[in-house]
Amino acid sequence: MNPTPPRLLGPLWELVLARLREFFREPTAIFWTYGFPTVLALALGIAFSGGTDPKAIPIAVLDGPRQAARVGTLRQDPGLSVVSLCEDEARRRFEGARIVLAVSGDDEARYLFDPTHPEADATRRRVDDLLQRAAGRQDAIVTRSDLVQAPGSRYIDFLVPGLIGMNIMSSSMWGIGYALVEARKRKLLKRLAATPMKRSHFLGSFLIARMVFLATEVAAILAFAVPVFDVRFQGSILAAALLCVAGAMAFAGLGLLASSRTTSTETVSGLMNLIMLPMFVLSGVFFSASHFPDWMQAFIRPLPLTMLNDGLRAVINEGAGVGDVALPIVALAGGALVTLAVGLRWFKWT
Amino acid sequence: MPLAIEVRGLIHKYDDVTAVNGIDLDVSEGECFGLLGPNGAGKTTTVEILEGLLEPTAGLVRVLGQSWKGNANALRQRLGIALQETTLADRLTVREIVVLFRSFHDRGVDPDAVLATVGLVDKKDEWVMKLSGGQKQRLAIACALVGEPDLLFLDEPTTGLDPQARRDLWEVVGNVVRRGKTCLLTTHYMEEAERLCHRVAIVDKGKVIALGTPAELIGRLGGSQVLEFGSAPEMTAETLEGLPGVREARHVLDRWRLTVDAAHEAVPALLERLRLHGAALTALSTHQASLDDVFVLLTGRTLRGDA
Ligand SMILES: Nc1ncnc2c1ncn2[C@@H]1O[C@H](COP(=O)(O)OP(=O)(O)O)[C@@H](O)[C@H]1O
Ligand SMILES: [Mg+2]
Repeated sequence: MNPTPPRLLGPLWELVLARLREFFREPTAIFWTYGFPTVLALALGIAFSGGTDPKAIPIAVLDGPRQAARVGTLRQDPGLSVVSLCEDEARRRFEGARIVLAVSGDDEARYLFDPTHPEADATRRRVDDLLQRAAGRQDAIVTRSDLVQAPGSRYIDFLVPGLIGMNIMSSSMWGIGYALVEARKRKLLKRLAATPMKRSHFLGSFLIARMVFLATEVAAILAFAVPVFDVRFQGSILAAALLCVAGAMAFAGLGLLASSRTTSTETVSGLMNLIMLPMFVLSGVFFSASHFPDWMQAFIRPLPLTMLNDGLRAVINEGAGVGDVALPIVALAGGALVTLAVGLRWFKWT
Repeated sequence: MPLAIEVRGLIHKYDDVTAVNGIDLDVSEGECFGLLGPNGAGKTTTVEILEGLLEPTAGLVRVLGQSWKGNANALRQRLGIALQETTLADRLTVREIVVLFRSFHDRGVDPDAVLATVGLVDKKDEWVMKLSGGQKQRLAIACALVGEPDLLFLDEPTTGLDPQARRDLWEVVGNVVRRGKTCLLTTHYMEEAERLCHRVAIVDKGKVIALGTPAELIGRLGGSQVLEFGSAPEMTAETLEGLPGVREARHVLDRWRLTVDAAHEAVPALLERLRLHGAALTALSTHQASLDDVFVLLTGRTLRGDA
């Protein structure tokens, strides 16, 4: 290597290089940044996909003269799993939804079901159709079903943008906040402040390195979700990139704020968890934020992670372009500017 | 000789502690100057003010002929600093760190040459977290030297090191000093100050209590050897009165420390005196007078703080 590096790029480049090296030499950081979201996507994707092969619905036919005939009729539908039971046993099996519906074995078909079970009503109609047809009912018109799997509408499609948003939040905040406090605790900040290093170079190196990590993190999640779960990226890549960069900078700013005067890593961890935890829960990572009541929405919508997640979903799942998500991009970028400026002003080197 | 450091009436107060309480210092170019004092004496505070890391509460400070106000960047280019304790990184190699610090300075020396100076060539590709304490200190010194500084600050460079690592480090610093680098070093090891420093200021409770070359300071004891003993029952100042060749007697903890011209004359006289008073000797040692004895003479405590 050249003993006298080029002056202009020299220190900033060396600082960025140091950040990248330290990160990629730390196995646990690599796992939390790249491995964890992928594992989470895999686990949740498998748990909630199930769409291609739905489980058979458990139903029962009660004791009675027509029990055997009805069991035979209903078993022709592979979507049903049919057992013969006495009524007492059947009633017990509603507990814990071990059966969804029971039909009597008498001449008259009497249905037992729990109306609060989400599949009860559909199952009743399905069973009723089968029995009526077997008894000779003619359908008035011919029907046919075309199964449509709308892209971007499955749970995994909902989940992946949320995981990207969550990952951007936690890696930006930990990567900036924790690392700076650690450097202060070790007196590295003090030592650097005693050199002619430009202070803007040091903090700039954190932001530049963050951009590199950001690109690889998002790429890692997509590189996994796209082939494995067939997640389709519908919208503008530029819009997604702008959202990610603005979001990462906003969270970097929050990390800088949390770390600007803190000297213990425990304190900064607590502070950052305090900032992040409400967003993990409220901002629609694992389930839609619209489940929360209206009066909470005024608080939830402006949260940076909500803006980032909703924006990413609009782009990835619904095909939005830059114009459609301009508002969250500008809001996140504005938040980044303010938090970074205030954090820098408060920042203590010694 | 032009002055590399000039300090007048320096005072520094932390919230309720006055860490530096009126210090004057002159350090000439080419000199290795030592601040010697126990823990909490105010050495680090003084040095950090000189390094531009702390604002003094009061007093005048000129470093390399300039004050910090308005000259901070220019001064930082010309200073080499090793803080009392810093962990520079865990997972960067020795050479990567030195190259990083080199990049901050407009001028400087080849990182590999600096690594040779501090004896870390065979560790240059090792991660910092794998270094021993002594090697970490040598790395800190390498980072201080790589900007080719006009003035070097070393704050307690050997604290916490084992004796062998300490001697190795003295070798490194001694070589730098011999090549004429101006250096301000703090320590609470009198042996370190005696070996490395041209002049020493003994600091206690934020004040300079003695200043001079190590030989001058030891000369103030009047004798060249120190005789330390304990007895049962203990002797008193009166019962020790008039022992031949004793220049100074100090009671520290449960021992007496006598500064004497010649131990081989003083010891028999002392034994005779003990017998006369019916006291039994419980401990006896003699050593060459050192800066530690100067500190004891001035403060009644030892540098290690065990009194
Ligand atoms: N940041 C600080 N805040 C409050 N008191 C401090 C601080 N740093 C040092 N002190 C106090 O100032 C005195 C001098 O400390 P220091 O300069 O570190 O001494 P030395 O380096 O000689 O051991 C000590 O009493 C110490 O407790
Ligand atoms: Mg100190």
